[in-house]
This record gives sequence, structure tokens and C-alpha cells, in this order.
Amino acid sequence: MVSLLDIIGPVMVGPSSSHTAGACRLGLLARGLIGGTPQSGVLQLHGSFARTGEGHGTDKALVGGLLGFRPDDERLRDALMIAEREGLDYKFEKTTIADAAHPNTVRISVELNGNKATMLGSSLGAGRILVQEIDGYPVEVTGNLHTIVLVAEDRKGSIARITGILASHDINIATLRLTRKERGGDAFMVIECDEEPDKAAGAELRALDWVRWTRRLDKVSGG
Amino acid sequence: MYKALADAIKDAEREKKTLAQTALEAESRDQGRPIEEIRAALKRALDVMRGAIEKGLTGDLYSASGLVGGDAAKLRQNPKGPLAQTPFRDILTRALAVQEVNAAMGVIVAAPTAGGAGVLPAILTGLAKARSVPDDKVVDGLATAGLIGAVVAERASLSGAEGGCQAETGAAAGMAAGAATEMLGGTPSQVGHAVALTMQGTLGLVCDPLGGLVELPCVFRNATGSAIALAGIEMALAGITFAIPVDEVIDVMGEIGREMDVRYRETAGGGLAATPTGRRLAKERLYQIKRSDG
Repeated sequence: MVSLLDIIGPVMVGPSSSHTAGACRLGLLARGLIGGTPQSGVLQLHGSFARTGEGHGTDKALVGGLLGFRPDDERLRDALMIAEREGLDYKFEKTTIADAAHPNTVRISVELNGNKATMLGSSLGAGRILVQEIDGYPVEVTGNLHTIVLVAEDRKGSIARITGILASHDINIATLRLTRKERGGDAFMVIECDEEPDKAAGAELRALDWVRWTRRLDKVSGG
Repeated sequence: MYKALADAIKDAEREKKTLAQTALEAESRDQGRPIEEIRAALKRALDVMRGAIEKGLTGDLYSASGLVGGDAAKLRQNPKGPLAQTPFRDILTRALAVQEVNAAMGVIVAAPTAGGAGVLPAILTGLAKARSVPDDKVVDGLATAGLIGAVVAERASLSGAEGGCQAETGAAAGMAAGAATEMLGGTPSQVGHAVALTMQGTLGLVCDPLGGLVELPCVFRNATGSAIALAGIEMALAGITFAIPVDEVIDVMGEIGREMDVRYRETAGGGLAATPTGRRLAKERLYQIKRSDG
């Protein structure tokens, strides 16, 4: 759903909402997947990101996002320099991801202390973004709300248990999407929350022995 | 948010409200936020817009490549020209100012995008100054503009990479025209015609920035886009109607964008970017940017 404040906004450092602000938000989401500034990042640029990214500061914005800078942070201008200082080893590659991929698409692979994540996302224009894939699972994450992604064994009652934990931490679920690659295989859940999930809620989810992996993605867009 | 301007116009007219009110109520319902909070966020956006205009008018700004900058001040100071001392001239100057700030990696409001960020603040603050419109009415204008932009995002696109410049400065001009028409007393139906009359004038406009930089022609397209918006406002407020319904104009903008060759969608492969001089300048300036980064 499009919000007025997505259209009249974001307040951002120029020059391009799709190539600078949107790219920064994609970087921020990738950072959220591993819970901090990565030690290494590979950024595969597709389409217009690959062809005109440099002139738009897409490289600076993506890396700035990985560093935790938001789209209106004037440090974005110097993000590549700051990355070197902070020990973020980044590499850009130009690639063609798929014929159907949105023109402003990037695949980001990040690692922090052996903790790895890969994300495929696009910048849709006006700073709006859409993450289409996390670790090979198809998802739809807009960054408009706090989001929990979770991989669990496909077993009965798992949703009830997870929603129960979130409710006990006073977190209201806005949307919940469940996918799996095959029956009995891993189930992949994307849960958008109205409130920011606290650390304790995350720890409780992780403690479930049938939950293989869970990550919290920050709200990076919207008012 | 509404997916058709016709629906919003119908609701506004039935309930005897402005489109701004209708949009704010829809946003409040969608997002579960009080209207006052949304208005406060729009007021902050207005403050950033005014800050960018001020910085662009007084500052000595140049883009990373040096391709653009200093022209807002030049236009402002020129004593000649048929539009000297008119709000029209002031609006063109404001549009250039915001875009010069944007190209210099300064802080702006992407409305709807950074590449088209000059039109809406130029039209709204320029007309507000000329007609002494109070700030709360300008904030209403931003809400109306947001509604129009949301419908364009839903039905067509707001991305130059997807739809060409018609989806960026074209959409911005449509948003600004509709918003200003209401701000100056136009009816919801006149707002719809202002958007249609404006966007018909930007259909097919390609996105062809030199070297892919949001600089040239983007800075100037914001000024010419503002001029087209002013034409749309002037005609709509006179009661002129456009026979093709506004939602259909928006739909066809999306259609033209989808069929536009990739060279004309922000890739710097066609249009002005691919002229002999365009290619030469881009090569020189991109080299300069890389050198200054290293």
C-alpha cells in the first residue's frame, strides 16, 4: 500500500531517490539481516544500478546503508571512505540477474563473524524498495514495518507458537506470510509487526529448537 | 490510499471536502496514524523544501561533476526576460535551486523522486508567496500532491528507470498542478483536470541524463516541468476540461513507459546522453568524479 509520506518524501541526500535513497535502504536491510556492520559485502548490481550507479552515488548509498546510515545522513557522501576506516571490505560486481528483474536491482551478500546472509532487492522509485529474496527464499519485504524473517521446520502448531510469543511481548502482527520449498521442508515466515520486536522476543524465538534461523529487519521507510 | 483519482474526487465532492482532507483521512485509516501526525510530517517536509530553496538561491553550489550549478542565482538576478518580476519567474528559479542542491548531494525532499524534486516545492511555495497562502494550506497542498503521486505510483510508475522522465518530472508536474489548483480555490474536479492537462504535456518525455547523473538535463527539466504545470493550473482554474479522464492519462503514461526503449529509461544510452557532446561531457566528468573520490 502506497503511503502519502512515501510520495512526499523521503527527506534525503541527493541526487536520486531510486539510486541513492532506495539503495541506502536496501543496504540498511541487508545490515539488519546480520545485525550489524558486515565485515565483508559483495554487491552485485543489475540493470540501471550497474549502468548508471556510480554517477548517482549508488555505490556510496549501498555501502552507507551497510554502515547503518539512513537516507538523509550527509555522511553518505563519504561512505566509501568511512567503510575502509570501519573495516568493511566491500566489492561491487556488475551482473545480469534475470531478464524479468526490475532495472534497479542488487544482490547483496554480507558476512559478520561467520554469520552470512544474501538478499535480492529492488528500488522501485521514489525511495520505495522491495526485497524479493532472502537466502534463496522468495519474500516480499518493503521495509515499511519492522519485520521478522524466520526459517523453521515445517511442523504443526508452529505459527500458533510464534504468534503466541510475539503477543506475549506485546507485539502486534500486521502481516504474516508463510512459504516453503516443499512439504516437510523448511518453512519460511515473513512477519511484519506494528511494534519494534525487542531482543527478548528474538531470543525466545531463536530458543525454539525447531527454529533454524531468525532475523529481524528494521523499519527503513515510511513516516 | 486511493487507486483512482476519480474515486477520490467523487468522495470529496459527495462529502463536500477538499481532496487534501480526503487524502489525509485515507492515509490516517491506512496507516493507523492521527491526521495531525501526518500533517506534522508534511510540515517538516515543507520546511526541508524551503531550506533547499534558500540554500540553492543563496549558495554557491556545484554538482560533483561541475555540469550544473549557479543557474538559479543567474535566473534570479537577470533584470531582463519577459517573466521578470512575475511569480512565474520566481517559480522557475525555485525549481532550479532545489535541483542544484540535489545534484550537489544536499538534503531535499524526494517528491515524488529526487530527480523531480524541484517542481512541487517551486510551485507550492512560489504561489503561496505570491498569493499570501498560509502554511496550513500549503501543507494541504502537499497532501493533495501525495494523493496524486500515490495514484500515479499505483497505476503507472514514478521511476525514470521504469517510465522515463514523464514518470518523474511529468508526475511531479501533475502533482504540483493538482495541489496548486486546490490551494488556489479549485474544486476537486478541477484538480483532476489540472493533472490531466499537465501530464498530457509531458507524455513520452524520455529520461536521458548525461552519464546517468541526475544533473543534465534534470535540473532544467524541473524548470520546464514547472512551466507546464503552471499552464495546467491556469487552464483548469479557468474551467477548461480535458476530455480524456485523468486516470486514463495516468494509465497511458505507464503504458508509454513500459514500451519505451531501455535507452530512454535512465541508462544514459539514448537521447541527450547519447549526443556526441553528451557522450564527451559524460566521459570527461565521470573521470573527474572518480579521480576526486580516489
